[in-house]
This record gives sequence, structure tokens and C-alpha cells, in this order.
Amino acid sequence: MLGAALGLGAYTFHYAEGLSYFSTDPRACKNCHIMNDQYASWTKGPHHAAAGCVDCHLPHDFFAKYLAKAENGYHHSKGFTLQDFHEPILIKPRNAAILQESCLRCHGEFVHDIVRGSTTAEDAVRCVHCHRSAGHGARG
Amino acid sequence: MKRGVPVLIGAGLACALFVVLITALLTNIFERKQEAKNPYVRLVEVSEDTVDSAPWGTNWSREYDGYRRTVDATRTRFGGSEALPDEKIERDPWLKRMFAGYAFAIDYRDRRGHAYMLSDQEMTKRVLERPQPGSCLHCHASVIPTYRRLGGGDLFRGFEALGKMSYQDAHAEVAKTGSANPVAGGPATRFEHAEGAHPLGCVDCHDPKSMELRVTRPGFLRGIRALAASDAPVPHLESVERWRQGSRATAYDPNTDGTRQEMRSFVCGQCHVEYYCGPKATLFFPWGNGLKVEEIEKTYDAYRFEDGHRFFDWKHADTGAEVLKAQHPEFEMWSQGIHARSGVACADCHMPYKREGAVKISDHWVRSPMLNVARACQPCHPYAETEIAARVDVIQKRTHALMERAAGAMTDMLDAIAAAKAAGASDAQLADVHELQRQAQWRLDFVAAENSMGFHAPAEAARILAESIDDSRRAQLAAASASRR
Repeated sequence: MLGAALGLGAYTFHYAEGLSYFSTDPRACKNCHIMNDQYASWTKGPHHAAAGCVDCHLPHDFFAKYLAKAENGYHHSKGFTLQDFHEPILIKPRNAAILQESCLRCHGEFVHDIVRGSTTAEDAVRCVHCHRSAGHGARG
Repeated sequence: MKRGVPVLIGAGLACALFVVLITALLTNIFERKQEAKNPYVRLVEVSEDTVDSAPWGTNWSREYDGYRRTVDATRTRFGGSEALPDEKIERDPWLKRMFAGYAFAIDYRDRRGHAYMLSDQEMTKRVLERPQPGSCLHCHASVIPTYRRLGGGDLFRGFEALGKMSYQDAHAEVAKTGSANPVAGGPATRFEHAEGAHPLGCVDCHDPKSMELRVTRPGFLRGIRALAASDAPVPHLESVERWRQGSRATAYDPNTDGTRQEMRSFVCGQCHVEYYCGPKATLFFPWGNGLKVEEIEKTYDAYRFEDGHRFFDWKHADTGAEVLKAQHPEFEMWSQGIHARSGVACADCHMPYKREGAVKISDHWVRSPMLNVARACQPCHPYAETEIAARVDVIQKRTHALMERAAGAMTDMLDAIAAAKAAGASDAQLADVHELQRQAQWRLDFVAAENSMGFHAPAEAARILAESIDDSRRAQLAAASASRR
């Protein structure tokens, strides 16, 4: 019986393409078709050549990255399975902070003159406030 | 042994529960994957003559479901759609004063949804108690196949012919044309004729072969052509600006020149506009000098009926002035607003994209964005719904307060002119006053009849109302001095 449980569990993991979530392939982010629009517009956008989903939406150091993956993974699977999420999907404050850090990781030197103090505080102006379609177009 | 049995049973149950949960998850994942496969299946053929939307619903059931929801009652602060909704003229008595001597004074209610448009028109006292022309069906019925039939294939000839008939005769013609419906279970190319008139439906905005958006209404085709030929700036209509820079060898045609995003407003602009419906001339959109309130006024002032008389809608019963009636200039008001200038189409807010399973569709339950703030506003404005609703509320309440002021000024003006007449002032003496009354009423009505309570273009609505107040007060002063003379 334990074997059946293990087998079924393993098959479900395989069928759900569980391993893909350990990759950095942007296609993994649209396994669940909610991100189809974001993916489609990213492939046509300027950052397509320079950065994939995880380059901007995840921290780059090991622990913070897997913490963010675990947290988002939990929210996404819960939301998609139970279909109880808000639409249009909106980025949460913690993820918005990660995103802002990512902008500065590459462009920090270029914009250091206009970035003063914290850029991740609640009321700070974020890069994507104006450059909203830099990564991908569709939000809704 | 004795201790081992309950443990084994417990482990077995836990294992069984685990398998149940995993299987449930597996089937859930299976369902989600299936959702992503087929957006739609074309089960039956539909043609240009399928004016009944029900057969289209067989193929595009998600969109059709939304369209059918337009019969539902909805209410926002300034508009409603209940069964035979409120009489606007009872709620706002100044409307009755403004429309004295015109059919709108006998019946004028809040709007209802698309699926009601024909039955509401058949029932209004304006049609039952006053003679109305067949051109009313230009927007209230799925009328294009009737135009083609009466015009021997020529859309515009049929349009002119039906417009000249009485409403009742024209309605009978539309019912006679009926709909070519696909035969259930028959081959794809077999259609059967079903009599009866239908309200606007799928075929009025969609090409039955490709489902592409297209404009079908002769009024709009002529109106936008005249607008393109004028030199009024229309920065929000990029295809018109581009056409103007070209050779202009062929007239502007929205169906070939318009961008996809423009078409998502043009199809609405076929009807949600200012127009003259008859009976003294064929229905037309007064866009030859531009879309602004004073540009439309200029077009009307320069227009002459066949008898040579200057354009007017009706003679005001209290004052004798020849005045104008605004219809519902949503397209024109939107054209002056920030959303139009930013490339936002009517459909973006009134038919926002939504997700059903993995299919992204445009919501065909056309309604106020305030009933659907998340879908309509948040894709561009990622703030709390309450915050967005509060901003709209501020704009609409300000417009409403200003409109009440303008209505008060208009009522005072009518009193003053009526008093001047009673004191013996002649029409010749009151000519300038009548002119001001015409301008004041036209501006007030332009905002009052427009369905957004100023939201489509807040600053423009305020500008128009300010001009109306000024015109009313100037007319009031002039009438007062005329009665003293």
C-alpha cells in the first residue's frame, strides 16, 4: 500500500512536471497557463535576450532564492488548485521588492544618481512604475 | 500482536487518505491541462444573414453567455437597468422643462442592457404615441440584411429607403427579412429562414467567417469619412491621422484603415454617438467639423433642411426657440478624455478581458466598469478596488453637482424668457436670447445625455457645463432687459 502511495505520488509529481520548477526555464512559469500573456509578451519584449523570469523575479543568493521559490510555489499551487486567487493577478509587496532589487542589479550603476535611499520601501518610486512594460506587457 | 493491529489499521487509513488526496490533486491537474487545449470548436456555420445570435452561441458559447447577461438588472450611482427602469424625467424635473414640446418630455428612462434594446424601443411612449421614422432601427435592430435586401444589394440605398418609412413599416420589413439560421444536424451550408426582428447581435460587429471586428452601420461609415476629410485634430485616432497624410485617393474606410485597437472603439461608436435620426433628413452623424461639442454645433448650425430652414430638433414649447437635442455622445466625449488619448478602447473597460479556464476572452456582458472594477481598471491601475471606485465617485459627483447648477441656470433662463414673452417681447426681439438658449441647452444636454456622468472626459464635461451656465445666465439677463423695454 505504501508502494502504491509512493508510486501514485511519484507519477503525479511527474505529470505535474514537478522537476521543471527546479529549472530556470521560463516555460516552467507558464505550466499552469495563467502566465501565458506575460510569457508571450516577454518573448516579444526587449528583456527577452537578457533576462528570463527568474532573473528578475527571484533573488540571486541561494537561501533567499529557495525561500522565495518555496513561498511563491506554495501560494501559486494553492491558488491554482483551489482557483481562489484575485484576478488580474497583482504582485505582492515582498515580490515587488525582489523585482526592484533585480532592476538595480544590472542597471544600478547607470541610475545611481537618481536612486536615493531605499527603493523598496512602501512609498518608494519603483523602476517599473514608469518602465512598466520593460519585462513583459500584459499584467491582467 | 495486539498492539500491532491498530497501528497497522492506522497506517493503512493514513495511506488511503494520502492516496485519495494525491488522486484528487492528479485529476485537478488533469482538468487544468485540458482547459488549455481548445479555445472553441466551430459546430455550425453562420452567415451575414444570421442576425439571430443564438446559433452563433453554439460556437462561441462563452461570449454568448456574456451577451445574454445584458438582460440582468444592474445599478450604479447614476444609472440603472431594472425592468422598465426609473423615469429620468421624474427624478430630475428640470429635464421635463428642457424638453418641453419634445417627445422626450413624455418618456425618458435610464438605459438597459443590449439584449433589451429592441423591446425597449418597441415599448417606449415616444414610439407608441408619436410618429417616429424607420431610421431608429439603424441602431436598435440587427438591420443590415434588410438594408441589403431593400437596396438590391446596395447597403446605402437600403439605408435611405428604410429610413424614409414609418417606424412600424420599417419594423415589419426587418421582421420579414428575419434570420438565416443553420439547420440543426444538417450539413454546414444549409440554412433555414426564420422570421422576426432581433436586437443588435454578433453579426453587427463580427465578420461571420473570421470573427474579426468590423463596422457595419452606414451612419458611422459616412460620419467617420466626413471626420477624416475634415482638418479637426484627432490625435487619438492614429489611422485617421495617417490617412490624412496619404494621397486621399480613396475615402477613409475604418474596416481597412482602422487599427485593431481602434476597431474596439469604432464598433461601439456605430451607435453610442450624437446623430440626427430624422424624419426631415436621412440619419447622419454630425462629424464634418470634428467631434467636440462646439464643432458638432457648428455642423448643425450650417446644415439646412430640404426646405432651406436651419437645422433644429424641436421648437421649445415655453419660449419658441428652435433648439437641439443631444443623443448619447459617448464616443465624442471619450474622444476628449485621457483614456482615448492613451490608446484605451471602449472594450478595454466595458468588455474587459477575462479568463475562463485557460481561455482569455473579452467579456460580452457589456456593462459599467464600476460593476467590474478588478477586470476593467486593475490591469492598468494596480491599486485597491475601493481606491479606484472612490476616484471615479469624486469625478462623477463633481460633474453631477456642476450639472445641477447648469440645470438651475437653464430653468431660470426659461422662466425669464417666458416672462419676457408674456410681457410682449416679440420673437424678433428675442432672437439673440433664443440663440443663447439653443447653445445653453445643447451644452447641458450634451453632458446630461452622455452616459458616464463626466468620467469619459472630466475636464471637458466641466468646460461644457461652465459654458452652458454662462449662456443660460446671459440669456436670462438679456430676457430680463427685453421684458423691461
